[in-house]
Amino acid sequence: MKVSTKWLNEYVKVDDLDPLALAEKIERTAVEVDDTYKMQDGLKKIVVGHVLETKDHPDSDHLHICQVDVGESEPYQIVCGAPNVAAGQKVIVALPNSRIANNVKIKKSKMRGVVSQGMICALQEIGFNDSIAPNKYEDGIYILPADAVPGEPVYPYLGMDEDIIDVDITPNRGDMLSMRGVAHEVAAIYNREVTLKHPEITEDANDSVENYVSVKAPAELVSPYMMRIIKNVEVKASPLWLQKRLWNAGIRPINNVVDATNYILLDYGQPLHAFDYAKLASKQVVVRLAKEGEKLVTLDGEERTLKADDIVVTNGDVPVALAGTMGGLATEITDKTTTVALESAVFNGHNIRKTSRRENLHSEASMRFERGINQATVQEALDACAELIASLGEGQIVAGVAQANERQITDTKVTITLARINKVLGTSLSATDVEAIFKRLGFKISNQADTFEVSVPARRWDIAIEADLIEEVARIYGYDNLPTTLPMGPTTPGHYTYQQKMIREARHLLEAAGLNQAISYGLTTEEKARRFAMEPAEVTSLAFPMTSDRTTARMNLISGLLDDVAYNSAHKVENVALYEQGRVFLRDKDNDRPREVEHLAGAITGLFRQSTWHDDKLAAGFYLLKGVLDYLFNAMALSGRIEYKASAQHEAMHPGRTADIYLDDDFIGYVGEIHPSVVKEYKIKRTYVFELDLQKLIDAPKKDVIYTPISKYPTVSRDIALVVPNEVTNQQIVDCIRQNGGANLQKVELFDLYQGENIGAGFKSLAYSLTFSNLNQTLTDEDVNRPVDKIVAKLKEEFNALMR
Amino acid sequence: MNLREKLEELKERGLKEINQAQDLKSVNDIRVTLLGKKGPITEVLRGMRDLSAEERPKVGSFANAIKNELAKTIAAKVDELEVERMAKKLEAETIDVTLPGVPVKEGQPHVLMQVIDEIEKLFLGMGFQVVDGPEIEEDHYNFEMLNLPQDHPARDMQDTFYINKRLLMRTQTSPVQARTMEKHDFSKGPLKMISPGKVYRRDTDDATHSHQFHQVEGLVIDKNITMADLKGTLALVAKTIFGENREIRLRPSYFPFTEPSVEVDVSCFKCGGQGCSVCKQSGWIEVLGAGMVHPNVLTMAGIDPKVYGGFAFGLGPDRFAMLKYGVDDIREFYLNDVRFLSQFSKKG
Repeated sequence: MKVSTKWLNEYVKVDDLDPLALAEKIERTAVEVDDTYKMQDGLKKIVVGHVLETKDHPDSDHLHICQVDVGESEPYQIVCGAPNVAAGQKVIVALPNSRIANNVKIKKSKMRGVVSQGMICALQEIGFNDSIAPNKYEDGIYILPADAVPGEPVYPYLGMDEDIIDVDITPNRGDMLSMRGVAHEVAAIYNREVTLKHPEITEDANDSVENYVSVKAPAELVSPYMMRIIKNVEVKASPLWLQKRLWNAGIRPINNVVDATNYILLDYGQPLHAFDYAKLASKQVVVRLAKEGEKLVTLDGEERTLKADDIVVTNGDVPVALAGTMGGLATEITDKTTTVALESAVFNGHNIRKTSRRENLHSEASMRFERGINQATVQEALDACAELIASLGEGQIVAGVAQANERQITDTKVTITLARINKVLGTSLSATDVEAIFKRLGFKISNQADTFEVSVPARRWDIAIEADLIEEVARIYGYDNLPTTLPMGPTTPGHYTYQQKMIREARHLLEAAGLNQAISYGLTTEEKARRFAMEPAEVTSLAFPMTSDRTTARMNLISGLLDDVAYNSAHKVENVALYEQGRVFLRDKDNDRPREVEHLAGAITGLFRQSTWHDDKLAAGFYLLKGVLDYLFNAMALSGRIEYKASAQHEAMHPGRTADIYLDDDFIGYVGEIHPSVVKEYKIKRTYVFELDLQKLIDAPKKDVIYTPISKYPTVSRDIALVVPNEVTNQQIVDCIRQNGGANLQKVELFDLYQGENIGAGFKSLAYSLTFSNLNQTLTDEDVNRPVDKIVAKLKEEFNALMR
Repeated sequence: MNLREKLEELKERGLKEINQAQDLKSVNDIRVTLLGKKGPITEVLRGMRDLSAEERPKVGSFANAIKNELAKTIAAKVDELEVERMAKKLEAETIDVTLPGVPVKEGQPHVLMQVIDEIEKLFLGMGFQVVDGPEIEEDHYNFEMLNLPQDHPARDMQDTFYINKRLLMRTQTSPVQARTMEKHDFSKGPLKMISPGKVYRRDTDDATHSHQFHQVEGLVIDKNITMADLKGTLALVAKTIFGENREIRLRPSYFPFTEPSVEVDVSCFKCGGQGCSVCKQSGWIEVLGAGMVHPNVLTMAGIDPKVYGGFAFGLGPDRFAMLKYGVDDIREFYLNDVRFLSQFSKKG
């Protein structure tokens, strides 16, 4: 709502206030302010000109050479291309070195050889938006009133010097969608008086509204519904004072009848609609719900197909207006209209909201019906508008109001105690303080001791309960004046739950291992949602997605990380090491709600560590990522046994380079290389990923840390090297060594792996370091040789190993 | 030549040799040759048995004195040569200290997580619990329990991704409040919680809008909680995140689940309130929304608003991070460009 302080000043004194200070005060006490400005802001040297003479330009078929009095001793010669420029007019002149709209500078120039000292302007050229300018730009320049004085700035003539405060009304403050509402609010803020004008209506006592129309309307759709008839109206342009009010409020002037309805809408917040009575072609107006599929062409020329919960105004037969939203084209006011049927009503906001949302028709009227209407001024606004139409169009108001669903207007009574107010706000206000605030708001009170019975007038329909009054007191008292304290009361321990602690622990471990945390999008495509999923589940999809790439809740984290890798790769970042912790959404059949499971995933590509002058590079690879996982599992102190099993089951993974991970035979995730065809699809390099069901890790039993004594006796190491066929796995060999190593075998470590010419195809050489120790004695050669011999024998026997 | 003269001569020769020695090995050789069991001094002393009983002790002590002097000189020479050798060794081992250090590979928490961690730390310290809730939520908890019935105009403020009539992607973390309030046993003390997490809005992604972002919702319910307590709590948040000298101010606003409702501005951390481009010359930056819990919300959760009351607030880590680090495009948070992520490595 754009509030002109000049207009506001007619209702409450504000002309002694700096507009910026006023705006700030409104923002701190009532509603947000989007902007404070004058329409003339940014313009320079734009004055009234008097066109003394025009001649056609000799070298042009449309330019005119004008002699224009701009208040100087000599007239200025200005070349103008507007079709409507003529001698005798008062016009808008941008002088040489002036600034017009969009910060354009006007200079003295030559147009086809003729000197032009400035420019004669249309409203659009001095900053009027097409949505508020009364004429189209193509129609030409704007003609100022005949009494405008040449050489004076044009701004006051056009209302462009008025200070405008653009307030952003929250849904609860529909009462401020009117000048009168804003006036009450500002009066309360500054503790000033509100002076409002009320219409004094002159009716033609010899003619009654009953001769013209009767109305029928169900109360659940509209209450009340009122109509007046104004006859013998001459439809024409509105006077400039009215046009200025409208365009300063962001509304385009159209004609005196329509402008009057918009003016009253701004003034009272009451939407009104004017029908061309002749075109109603009926003596009755019936409000009803639309029939499904019924059609109506609205004022904007759109044919609307109506739904059964749209409210329509009909002539008893066909719809003539989409109630509270937009009028119908067929009954539009035109310059041929002589009798106006003027409607003032309160339509059901729920229906209006549905209609305006569906049709994307958010009009000044619908916006107000959705937020509520001051029931106390439905008729006053109607009377004021009828009076204005009659006066602007030299018509007469027919006696009486056609009406359905009359309403009794009463104040809302809310009871509150002083103690309650202070308890909620933490203040120590006195009864006098609170009384003063209610008085400023214009609420009547009757109080017994510290209990107030507050009578809230209908113009503040947002107030109905205690909390509403507390808010009023708080904001008028001023939030700055509230004390600053911290909650007192019983202490409560603040700590993470075990679940939360483990999730944060897992994050920190992966960061310590060198992976950056990523946060990707939770919504993705169905294909990406399914692709890397660890278990079969149904997708969870949006009913109305915004874009085709965000339709489905993710079922894995790897897809998101691959998007991240691809983004990096596309931006020439080749070395990426990321992890993500978050939820996946797995839906079971016959259930519309998915399970939300905490997962943990990682992706690495390129170099994990770049080579430096000091160290060799370390490339991303399967074993690097496996090492990260070992570190993670170890730090989580899982008491179960982790096992990696080669798996070719994952379609999007490299079948020879992927392992499923089991914790005591329970599948908890997988690690491996992305399938080359998927790598190609994402336009990335070889990428290694893992994904774990973090919830399973959190829920798994953990080892208690108990001190293990350290042997005082020396350890003994033995290395063994063996050649085995390729199919034999490290795990098999290590298991064999452990099973046969006896009680003193502490550690088995692979320290070399070789495949190549010296071994022969199909074979590999492995070398292990075995460490023995005993808590109670020094081990002799014999103590160590015995188990080593046994290990060697078993390795030969089981794997056909050739010892080296 | 008598014994004394022989010893004298041995001493002179010995001292000369020691002084001329160039390295530790020669000094050691001299020591063995001169002072060893088969050395010349021992040899000379063997001749003592030919001396008179009177002479013997005198020559003996003279010989010992020479032996000691030689040993001392040798020790001094050894020290001298050791120092020399160490100096040479150190010189040879000198490195260029300006060569770059070996990089430490460490990953970073996401900047949004850093902001959330900081907020969690503050509230845990004040005795709040951290509560998680589902990202796919029921309309009932996301809206209705928060005083937003069907067709409420304020539903326009949040465009929602619905899954079906009943389920939606939560548009706020406030439903976690509703769920927690329903369950809380007030006989065990007040309810003090925050709820961080992802939320979703049906929005077109651009520099300032994202269909996914984060929220931290806070709630305190007890018998004597005031709006002044809300003010004090939020002032602490502002100081923790934006710096010790920050002030806050409250402005009236509207949320269906609180009343009074306020927007909270923090004094600009860039200019300190003088006015700059960050605060659009106002000196203040809007950072969060808050208010006193609406009685309808309490009633719906089965809490008697005549006895209990409290405050709630909701803040956006994305907005906080954008303001704090000058990030001008919210999409950066979800694209995970390594060059972006690795910038936020400052600890503490």
